[in-house]
Amino acid sequence: MPVLSPTDSQSTTGLIACNECDLLQRPIALPAGGWAVCGGCDAPLYRYTPGSLDRALAFSLGAAVLFLIGLTFPILELEIQGNVTSSSLSRTVQQLWKDGLHVFAVLIAATTILLPALELAVMISVLLLLRVRRASAWMPKLLRLLTLVRPWGMTEIFFMGVLVALVKLAHMADIVTGIALWSLGGMMLLLIAASRSFNLRHLWEQVAPQ
Amino acid sequence: MRPSPRTAHALGLYACHTCGLLSRPAREGASSCGRCGSSLRFRKTNSIERAAAYLIAAYILYIPANVLPIMETHSVFGREENTIVSGVAYLWHAGSWGLALIVFIASVVVPVLKLLAMTLLLITAHYQSAWRPLERAKLYRLVELVGRWSMLDVYVVAILAALVQFRPLATVTPRSGALYFGAVVILSMLSAMAFDPRLIWDPAHKESHTHA
Repeated sequence: MPVLSPTDSQSTTGLIACNECDLLQRPIALPAGGWAVCGGCDAPLYRYTPGSLDRALAFSLGAAVLFLIGLTFPILELEIQGNVTSSSLSRTVQQLWKDGLHVFAVLIAATTILLPALELAVMISVLLLLRVRRASAWMPKLLRLLTLVRPWGMTEIFFMGVLVALVKLAHMADIVTGIALWSLGGMMLLLIAASRSFNLRHLWEQVAPQ
Repeated sequence: MRPSPRTAHALGLYACHTCGLLSRPAREGASSCGRCGSSLRFRKTNSIERAAAYLIAAYILYIPANVLPIMETHSVFGREENTIVSGVAYLWHAGSWGLALIVFIASVVVPVLKLLAMTLLLITAHYQSAWRPLERAKLYRLVELVGRWSMLDVYVVAILAALVQFRPLATVTPRSGALYFGAVVILSMLSAMAFDPRLIWDPAHKESHTHA
């Protein structure tokens, strides 16, 4: 990454500033799948995302379908001496609420249901808007919302939590893994694939400044 | 002493913190980004103060999060209270060393290191230290990357409580320790978000300019 020398300071068009150290740099062309890193602090600046936006749309729609299955169907079923309990994502939240643990229920619902659903919905809306190729006043709002929501969706951590719970329970009961466990696992992979093709920086560049 | 002229700030340019657009402020004071509408500022407002406030709150809640039980197990063998550390010990003795290691790293090592790392970053940024900026920047990136994973134990408790409902044989109830633990994770995430990594570099850029 060519770092701007002090003498170049007149022309600033086409430059980008590193989001971590504020250093101004001139973007370079990248090979497929490549990352550009900051010349000053090694922070990732931007990347070349292979595949079209249609690919990102396909991955996000797939993730949305798996999310709906993961939400409603049992993740794990447990049997002790003929008694069976099963738990889905929504039932987990309901059970916590019923036990009077309201703050806890809201925390789980927000990070594993509401915010991942919002992230998926925003990603799909952005991609659909781009497909109809209409300059929309909504685009900057949607992209801002996405930046805000992204750190708080924790599906992949919840999935690891299910695996840990599975091991903890294995000695005391018969466990049947439900379809939602595989759905959530699949959703996790599709979300990673979708965000690999979904280039936020590139999408911002297509929004015309006013 | 002027900051180094190679940064956006030094050239009097705003780099939008949301969308990255470079723009020259039309006037002094508040203005907003022409592309995404975010308010423009050179550095995050009151970054160190806000990050320190979240961090101190996280330190305080870290105590009940580890001392208080995160869940309670009722079974025919009696009542048992589990803390974060006893959960790791249980997995270890059950022979699941891999998982014990993951839970130990996610719930013990990561939260402690994250609090200490943020303390180091805030103190050095406050005193405008130019000490090893690259290493500190990498530390910040690591904190941002792995911080969320500490929520793992909170989810385990929620799943166990929802599944193990066999009255009177066995029931699991979440206890307040889990909630404090979740609060520590969220507060330390907020602290990392409030911290502006550009503050790591500002003194180093200033120094290199003075020497140049």
